[in-house]
Formats: sequence, C-alpha cells, structure tokens
Amino acid sequence: MGLKPSDVEGIAHLARLRIAPEDVPRYAQDLSSILAFVERLEAADTEGVTPLAHPLDMAQRLRPDEVTETDQRERFQAIAPRVEQGLYLVPKVIE
Amino acid sequence: MEWEAVIGLEIHAQLATRSKIFSAASTAYGAPPNTQACAVDLGLPGVLPVLNAEAVRMAVKFGLATHSNIARRSVFARKNYFYPDLPKGYQISQYELPIVYDGWLDIELDEGETKRIGITRAHLEEDAGKSLHDAFEDMTGIDLNRAGTPLLEIVSEPDLRSAREAVAYMKKLHALVRYLEICDGNMQEGSFRCDANVSVRRRGEHRFGTRTEIKNVNSFRFVERAINYEIERQIDILESGGAVVQETRLYDSARDETRSMRTKEEANDYRYFPEPDLLPLVLDDAWIEEVGQTLPELPDAKKARFVDDYGLSPYDAGVLTATRELADYYEAVVAACGGTAKLAANWVMGELSGALNKAGLEIGASPVTAEALGGLLRRIEDNTISGKIAKQVFEAMWAGEGDADQIIDQRGLRQITDPAAIEAMIREVMEANPKQVEQYRAGQEKLFGFFVGQVMKASRGKANPAQVNAALKQLLAGD
Amino acid sequence: MHDLSAAELAAGLRKGDFTSQELTRHFLDRIGRLDERLNSFITVTADQALAEAAAADRRLAAGEGGPLTGIPYAHKDIFCTDGVRTSCGSRMLDDFIAPYDATVTERLRAAGAVMLGKTNMDEFAMGSSNETSYYGPVRNPWDTDRVPGGSSGGSAAAVAAGLAPLATGTDTGGSIRQPAALCGITGIKPTYGRVSRWGMIAFASSLDQGGAMARSAEDCALLLQAMAGFDPRDSTSAERPVDDYLAALARPLEGLRVGLPREYFGEGLDPRMAGVVEAAVGVLEGLGAQRVEISLPNMELSVPTYYIVAPAECSSNLSRYDGVRFGYRCQDPVDLEDLYKRSRGEGFGAEVKRRIMIGTYALSAGYYDAYYLKAQQVRQLIVEDFRRAFESVDLVLGPTSPTPAFRLGEKVDDPVTMYLSDIYTIGVNLAGLPGMSVPAGFIDGLPAGVQLIGNYFDEARLLNVAHRYQQATDWHRRTPEGFA
Repeated sequence: MGLKPSDVEGIAHLARLRIAPEDVPRYAQDLSSILAFVERLEAADTEGVTPLAHPLDMAQRLRPDEVTETDQRERFQAIAPRVEQGLYLVPKVIE
Repeated sequence: MEWEAVIGLEIHAQLATRSKIFSAASTAYGAPPNTQACAVDLGLPGVLPVLNAEAVRMAVKFGLATHSNIARRSVFARKNYFYPDLPKGYQISQYELPIVYDGWLDIELDEGETKRIGITRAHLEEDAGKSLHDAFEDMTGIDLNRAGTPLLEIVSEPDLRSAREAVAYMKKLHALVRYLEICDGNMQEGSFRCDANVSVRRRGEHRFGTRTEIKNVNSFRFVERAINYEIERQIDILESGGAVVQETRLYDSARDETRSMRTKEEANDYRYFPEPDLLPLVLDDAWIEEVGQTLPELPDAKKARFVDDYGLSPYDAGVLTATRELADYYEAVVAACGGTAKLAANWVMGELSGALNKAGLEIGASPVTAEALGGLLRRIEDNTISGKIAKQVFEAMWAGEGDADQIIDQRGLRQITDPAAIEAMIREVMEANPKQVEQYRAGQEKLFGFFVGQVMKASRGKANPAQVNAALKQLLAGD
Repeated sequence: MHDLSAAELAAGLRKGDFTSQELTRHFLDRIGRLDERLNSFITVTADQALAEAAAADRRLAAGEGGPLTGIPYAHKDIFCTDGVRTSCGSRMLDDFIAPYDATVTERLRAAGAVMLGKTNMDEFAMGSSNETSYYGPVRNPWDTDRVPGGSSGGSAAAVAAGLAPLATGTDTGGSIRQPAALCGITGIKPTYGRVSRWGMIAFASSLDQGGAMARSAEDCALLLQAMAGFDPRDSTSAERPVDDYLAALARPLEGLRVGLPREYFGEGLDPRMAGVVEAAVGVLEGLGAQRVEISLPNMELSVPTYYIVAPAECSSNLSRYDGVRFGYRCQDPVDLEDLYKRSRGEGFGAEVKRRIMIGTYALSAGYYDAYYLKAQQVRQLIVEDFRRAFESVDLVLGPTSPTPAFRLGEKVDDPVTMYLSDIYTIGVNLAGLPGMSVPAGFIDGLPAGVQLIGNYFDEARLLNVAHRYQQATDWHRRTPEGFA
C-alpha cells in the first residue's frame, strides 16, 4: 500500500518528528517501498499461530522491594539540556 | 423525561511499596525535585526495568479481596505517547492481559440495601512524574520523583447510577486498600485518584449514551460534585436537542464545574504493544494461596463480626469499620474498658470522633489512646463518675492532663454515692426552697426536675444521679 | 604485537615480553596513524586507556588478574561508559556523557581489559553498511572504497586493521556477523539473554544482543567469556551458568551433524559465495563432520518480519530522545511540540527516522493486526523452523552475507536492497539463537564468511567448531594490505 505525503505527515506527527516539507515526498516513496516489501507477510499462512513476542520461553523475574538507589541528581542533570532549581525545563505546557 | 446516569470509575491507587515498580529508587513523598529519580526512572539510554515483587503481591491481595480472578499469566505493555512528565515516551502498563480481572465489591446504599459493583480489571502500571506549571514564567518544570511509583488501576463496570453510588463505591475501595495496607489512601498527596466515566440515557434504554471522562478528581466531595455537575450538563444538552461530545473534561473545584481539556483535537493512538524489556508475569497457585493467607479481616467480615460479637447496630458497625484504624481503635477500647461494647461505640463515634474532627486529626494521631479512653469508660461503668463528668474528664485527657484516674482524683470528681451525704444535700435543698416543696407536694410533679438540678448543682455534679432520683422521690413524698 | 592473538598477548604479558602500557601505546599509536583511513573510532580514550593499562600492569605484577587483564579492546559506542561520551553514532547523543557503565563495560573493566576507545557504528545500530553514522562512514580496510558492513562496522574494521585485538559488538539483525564477514574477522552473537543488555542502548529490545569480535574464535571465546553471564538488572537475562568456552575449543568434531538449509543457497546468493561455503563444509567434513540437507521454509519471510518487529520496538525505544533530560535539544523551541519535533527531527538521521515512522505506522490503530501481530505470528513460524532443524542437526551452516563488501553509496538510496544484505542473519535474531561468522575465503580480494548457527545456549559448540575450522585454515590470519 502506498503512502501519500499526507500520511507521512500524520505518522511524523504521531512520532513527533519534524520532516522538512521538501523531504516528505522522498519519505513517502521510501516508506511505501518498505511497506510493499513487508506486505509479503500477507502470503504466510498464520491461521491459529500464537504470536511470539519474545524469543525466550522464560517468565518475569521479580526484584525484592528494596531501595538501593541514592540521589544522583547532580550527575544526571549535568547532562541535561536545561534545568533550574532541580527541575527539567520545557516550554510552558498549557493544560 | 426521566434520565438515568451510567457511571464507571477508574481508580489509580499508588501501591505502598518502598521502592518503585521497575527501579530501586525510593517512593517516599515530598523529597526535593528529581532526587528520587534514578537512571531507570529518567529513562536514560540503556536502562531496563525489573519488576518489584511487592507490587505484584499487593495487586494479588487486592484481587483476592475483591473476589477477582488472578491471571496466572499477565503481560506488560507499552502505552506510547509524548508528554514531558513521561520520561520514556511510553508508560509501562498492562493492556490485554491484566493481573486481576472480573471481580466485585458490595456497596451499602442509604436504605440499608447493598448493591454489587463489578470490577472489570485491575492492572499494574507505573506513575508519571509531575509537571509544575507555576514555578517559572514561560517554562514548565518537570519533577520525576513520582515517575515509576507503582499504581494499581482499578476499573469498575459501568454499574453505578448516581454520584452518591459512585462515592460509596470509591469510599469502599478506599477503605479496602487501606485495610489491605497496599495503599496509604492519601488523596491530597495523590495516592488515591479517580477518573469518572459519565453518560446519561433515558430510563429503560439499554444502550449507553456518549460518555465523557472526568480526570483526576482528588476528593470524595469533588467526585460527587463533579459527577452531579456532569450529569446535569449532559441532560441539559440532550434535552435541548444537542449531542454529548466524547471527550476528557477537568473538574474545576473553585467554580464547581467541569470543562473540556483544551488539548489538540486528535484521537489518542497509544500504539500499545507487549513490553519487550519484560517477560510474561507468571504466578502459580501455591504463591497466590500464600498471599491469600496474609489477607487481614476485610471490612464486610469485620462489620458482621461487630454486629454479632458486640451487639452493635449494622449502622454503628459500619461506621466503626469504615477504616481499619478506627476499627482497631474501637476494639482496643472495648478490651481496655472491659465493659459494654455499646458504651465504647457511643464514645468512639461521639466524643472522640467529634474531638478528632474539630482538631482535624486522624484516629492514629488521637491524643487520647484507646487504652486511656478504655480507662475512662471503666470509671463510668463502676460508677466512679457519671457520664456527664466523664465528658469533663475526657476534655482534660484530650488536653494532656493525665489519665482518667489522675484527673478524677486531682479534680475531686469522684461520684458521691454515700446515701447519707446525698440525703443531707437533698434536705439542704428542700430547706432552701420551702415554697417549691409545697407546690410539689400539692401536685406540681414537674418540679421534680428542678430539685434534681438543685441537688446536682449543690454536689457540683458529683452526686450519683440514680441515687439522687430515688432519694429525692422518697424525701419529697414527705415521710 | 598487533599480529598476535589476544591469547598470545596475554601470554606475552605474563612472561614479561611487554607491559600492558607498551601494548596499549602500540595500539593507540596505530589508531593515531591509520584510523584516518578507516574512521573506525568515534572517540579514542588514550589517557584513560593508559591509566587502565598501568593499573593492569600492577595487577599482573602482583600475580593477579585473568586472561583479559591488560589486553586492549575497542568498545562499540552503543555500550554506556561512565564519564565517556556514548554517542550511538547519532547527533542525538553527540554530547551524551554516560553517567553509568553498561554491565558489559563493568565486566570488562573488572576483568582488567583496557578500553582504547569507542567504535563507529550505524546510527542507533540501524544499518548494514555503517553509512548511517553521524560521524561519517567507516571504510573497509580490505578496500577503503567499500563498506565494512554494519552496524558494528567500526569494531570490525578496527580488528581487521589491527587497531585493536578485540572488539565488542551488538547484533540485532546481523550487526556483528555481517561486518565480521565483510572485514574478514570472526564474530559471535550469543543466544538472546546470554549477555546483559543493561547499559547497551536499545534498538529493538527483543532482538538486540551483545557479542564478541576478534580475528579468531579463540579470541572471541576469551572476550565472550568475560561479557556473558546473568545480570539481575536485565529482566531478559538468562539465569543459567556460562559454559567454559575455552575448555570446549579443542573438542573433536567427529559425528558433528551440520545442517545446510536449502533456502540459504537459492537465488540472490553470489555463486562464488556458494563456493566459499561449499569449501568450508568440505573442511568440516575432513574433520569428521557430516552434512545434512535441511529446510527452513519460512526463512524468506525473515526480512519482512524483521522490518516490522524491529522498527515497531525502535519507534517506542527511541521516544525517550525528546530533548528534555539528555541529548540533543533544538535551538529556541517555541512550544513543547516544536521542542519535540525539531529536537527529534534534527537529532536523528534519515534511516532512523524512516524506521521510527515504519514502526509507528505498524503499531498504529487499524494496522496493528495486519502488520505487528502478523509479524509476531510469522516469527513463531521461523522459531519453529529452527526448532525442527535442531532435532536432526547440531549446527546450521550457510553464508553470512549474500555478497562480499559493496561499495560505499552503492545501496544507500535503496533501503529495501540494503535490508536484504541481512537476509541470512536476521532469522537467527528473530529466533534468539546464537550465530557466528567465520572467515572462509576471498572473492575478488574481498573477505567472505560462513555463518554457523547453534541451538540455544550452545555458544561453546559454535566456538569449538569455528576453532577447529581455523586450526585447519588460515583465512582468519590474513591481514589487509596497508595495515600490516
């Protein structure tokens, strides 16, 4: 199935990616060819096949409820683009 | 036109674990911003989640207490959306296979009836951080201390038909999670939050109307008001020929109204898929049974026992079992006073609750301990003091002046029960009021109360009222 | 010293032929002189390496340390290294100084290995040619007009050119095996869950696995032994003991059943590549192995399956790069949406954006069942194919890649053609099996590799077979001209 430029814009919005308008047709073409390729899967007979999410047949391990992490704010915020008073800053969010 | 409201609640209860659901950072409330956000909570590149055993145990406790099914295999999923307080850009939750499903809870309606409310599911997920909108001029500040706190999202069936039912259900759940000690229930701190799905339809109609979701209402009172407002609003729309828009609304408690959230009009597409960093959660029967053995006595069972063992009315038993702390307090009072459970009930629900309310204190913070209150009630039982004097003593105990016996002694409040002393006081009163004696004897029997009052006043309230009554009757009769 | 194996270097260190500091200086010097032709390193950590080497020398002098103590290695820039930039080949993380160590980093540090630097890679490991790196393409030391393969192209080129005796890699769809083949070295991707993913920057969580790259199977065994093991910080880490890989190397191959899947030798395979594989099978037969024809009927669906599963997981894994807590943030965002869209739009390269969009689309409402769910079902079929195969064979053997190294830029404009270069490796990731590439010949002067696929947690056998093969051949000893 081919993607139209407007489809690409919708997907890019959902993924929060800015795509320059002049690049949109190229993405539409590339994504369409990838989708055409993966659509070969349609031919597979998967009637009654259990989907496999994970290669390992293991169950989730549980962690004891213990606090072992200490405050590393200074270290972590040293690599943050913008912090003030210990808070990460983003442009004003209007609710 | 008769309308019927259809309400379902989604309750988010923060689970009272020490560490977060997927990391070993503390969940303690109120730390300086971002000091309890570890690498996992921040979603740093390369980090991975590992599930907290205690969160699982708590979810199972809840499931068992609500007659729910416990999934032997449940699966975590990612709910994808962008928001600054959601560090990874997805929330780890459960989607198709939740840990708890198909249960119920009975709520009490005003008429003493009970109604069974279905619990569709309860699933484990992680909380988001907090956005602080007021701290800076043009910026929003993000504190991720809360990110990763375990939540149990409890989804009810749309079985509730009024705001009052919704509140009754919510209160019942609130009491339950605190009984189970899986959530501290602190609504101010956001430990117990409610989203309400509300729609209305014509009575008799089977299909649901279009619903709106009211987000994050943080008190019982506001839930009631918000739902009532929303019901009215929807009825108004429908009666004027309009259509309800499916949307998320916020309750503004200052204006007592709900309003549409001004988020961009786009259908949320959360792109749920199984969380590949976690494996299926598999629970076996033996483990579940082991958890079941740790369940405390639950509110309904406790209430029934209070009625049976203490001879309380269902109403009183309901009040006293509303919280586990109150019930425990009450039982400790009964044990300490060794007297009638009814007297203890009256005092706990009366004087004590009144004083706590006035002071804005929780039962756990009561300056009068259950043992101390029991000590006071013992003195009523053994006639050392009257009920009226006991109220004075209670006030002094509340003010920290000592235990009941100390206060009774210090203030000389011990009841006068010596028949001779009482007779002497009565004679004094009669001598001081010859006219009234004459009138009484002439048939004005309602003056009896006047004499009781005078005697009690003369004894400064300490005379045993029953004895005063009996002796007065005799002496006034003029023998 | 750079023509010695890691095992030989370890012996030399113990005998006192040279110190770790001398060894480290030697490799740092080669990197300084030769890497401008290859671009295999993003960051060289010379000072830290020399300090680590000095510490290793002290340990060795005290008679302490293990087989890796004092041995230099190159670390793929996808593993977090405390205090050292960890870029993942992306502008997004160009200034990301990791505040913690990956488990693999920690284990190698504890073993006393000396990190020379961080190697170049396709951006977020998404690529098969190392051309998607923000830091420019890596060149193949056998022909610098050609690609080294990807995504662990920097590691493969560095080892092939003798800039490091050992290198780490990660493999999501062939990212260790394919560049190993294209650069003429040995590389092993162990069973999913064998090497901890903690601190290994995620591309596709259910497929990613760290592994070892070196010239020989013996050196891979040495490195993998230190990397592998249970890690409580990774829920998908296997809680089972690690075999003694070195002890297993010399086992005889008599009676070994080698499965040759019909589907690996069909159209699309360079006939000369088929010849290389055939010759390798011949060598193994000479060592006592027997060939068994097998079929993996759903293998042709592995690439399309992968290009749903991997992008779906990556679209979600890469959502955390939002310009808020770390990483690239656009200049002067006007609002939150602008912050997100420009930070991500400018911070990610084209291939990463393509995959995020494919994954976003495949998971979105209305398409989930047709794409993601379908792919998961086909993934099950692929797993079953392998399971059936391992009922009758001990090992599956085939080519690693359909062709030797292609030219830079040759496939860059055609994503699907590029994706097909991993046609033989991807099924192994979907199944979570261990796989290995071993140098097995040359085509027009370019190296060619054969792939060995083992049953779950059978790394010891893969290394054993590769080692015996390498004792009978010398393909892995060849060095590219100009890097002697």
